[in-house]
Amino acid sequence: MTSTALDRTVVAEEPTRDDVRVLRRQLGPGPRIRFAFWIGPALLLAIWVVGSLTGFIAPQVLTAPWDVVKEFGDQWSNHDLLGNITASLRRVVYGLTLGTAAGFALALLSGLSRLGEAVIDGPIQIKRAIPTLALIPLFVAWFGIGEQMKIITIALISMIPIYINTHNGLRGIDGRYAELAETLDIGRGTFLRHVVLPGALPGFLLGLRFAVTSAMLGLVVVEQYNSLSGIGHMMTLAQEYGQTSVIVVGLVLYGLYGFLADAAVRLVERKALSWRRTLEG
Amino acid sequence: MATDVGGLTATTTGVTVRNLHRSFNRSGGVLNGLDLDIAPGEFVALIGRSGSGKSTLLRALAGLDRDVQGYGRISVPEQVSVVFQDSRLLPWKRLLANVTFGLDGKDAAERGLRALTEVGLAGRESAWPAELSGGQQQRAALARSLVREPQLLLADEPFGALDALTRLQMHELLRKLCAVHRPAVLLVTHDVDEAIVLADRVILLDGGVVATDVRIDLAQRSQADPGFAGLRHQLLDALGATGEHLGSDFIAPGQRRVS
Ligand SMILES: Nc1ncnc2c1ncn2[C@@H]1O[C@H](COP(=O)(O)OP(=O)(O)OP(=O)(O)O)[C@@H](O)[C@H]1O
Ligand SMILES: [Mg+2]
Repeated sequence: MTSTALDRTVVAEEPTRDDVRVLRRQLGPGPRIRFAFWIGPALLLAIWVVGSLTGFIAPQVLTAPWDVVKEFGDQWSNHDLLGNITASLRRVVYGLTLGTAAGFALALLSGLSRLGEAVIDGPIQIKRAIPTLALIPLFVAWFGIGEQMKIITIALISMIPIYINTHNGLRGIDGRYAELAETLDIGRGTFLRHVVLPGALPGFLLGLRFAVTSAMLGLVVVEQYNSLSGIGHMMTLAQEYGQTSVIVVGLVLYGLYGFLADAAVRLVERKALSWRRTLEG
Repeated sequence: MATDVGGLTATTTGVTVRNLHRSFNRSGGVLNGLDLDIAPGEFVALIGRSGSGKSTLLRALAGLDRDVQGYGRISVPEQVSVVFQDSRLLPWKRLLANVTFGLDGKDAAERGLRALTEVGLAGRESAWPAELSGGQQQRAALARSLVREPQLLLADEPFGALDALTRLQMHELLRKLCAVHRPAVLLVTHDVDEAIVLADRVILLDGGVVATDVRIDLAQRSQADPGFAGLRHQLLDALGATGEHLGSDFIAPGQRRVS
């Protein structure tokens, strides 16, 4: 290049690497914060600790964290806390699995065939209007007060959000993709696997998040019914003897379940939906 | 790689359409007894005013007009590929999976890679569609339709959303690919210049039938050819783009209505 005034300045200022941008005010939430997921819960814990330390939260109102920890240890070694935890966990896992499978299958049937929709969608909407918890007395009459009733209740209560959101996701799949698939001469099975399922996945995963919460709600309620094991059983006993700290241990465990389950679903969501370029980032 | 393809397409049939009627409501037909022949390997551009039924015809040939009323006879080759105005890549599949979607056979991936190379997207096979520019997405869509070795390629304004420079590059690419694969092509376009530059034949849809059918015999496929201006004028005339149809309310830019 011939030497000009411009050339000279470029050579002189090369090492500084000026970065002058004209940026718009950011309206989206911006880039992801590391460990953001833990910040809220950690803050909550901090408030609890500080509140108990300063006496702002009286022990009668809410047991102090360290007393909860102590109580946890006592329950663990003297009252089979582990057994209670696994009993509750088993109910949630069985119920949630059943409910998820049923909700997903029903959503597929009713989303992909007009006949299926005619048969399935109405009853589900009716079922949705009746709170599952109101059905428990009926289930007790049908299935007794054993594990069967508990698992079925949890399954039913978690099936609804799976069904609603998966169905919604299915119906929201762009019709143009179906048209494309038709021009590519693919079979129904391939269409289902490569277009319908990935397209409905965001809806399904959203449904799963709701379902996890619903299952927890169901668990808390069914465990009040003559349980011999489980976190709910532990809490019911504590209520009778007025042991607040044990109740708080149960609450913390319930909270942990819900939080970890939601985190797991969100992780799956992030991995499975990495093709999406949304505000999620 | 393409030498045997020519022999393959030479034996196939082209497109035949007879007395095609299509209408969306009772008030009037969109296609009214349309006849059309496309020879194997022939490149036909379809022009016409907005709403004249170009997409309707294309969808009929693609077999996508199940729900549209009408009758008539259509015969198309076995292998038909469609390129839409939007690239229609599945957002949840990486590029190579999009291109080979619906292909079976062990060499599907290899063929897909070759097709991506042909359209200049070598090395991008594991990109998500959302990571590509509009022109790249459209090229991927082209690769997806060509990897199936179609005997008929239907394209509905495939370059409509692209900028002028990318369009020119896509023209070049499409012409090259068609010379190699030799499919019959029906390309819908709004752009008369694009039609003349690309096609062997330009047909104009008006009143639901082929109103004008012009063979393009230019020595060089560019605006530099002496015959280009004449053809362009003829087609624009047939489209009615000479001004009076714009209506009496139309005020040309930079002019004031005289009162
Ligand atoms: N699904 C539909 N339902 C009702 N009418 C339709 C439908 N699709 C097209 N039409 C009508 O048919 C006519 C032709 O439509 P078509 O899409 O074929 O036009 P086109 O030539 O492709 O126009 P453009 O150049 O704007 O894409 C239009 O009047 C349009 O309103
Ligand atoms: Mg159109």
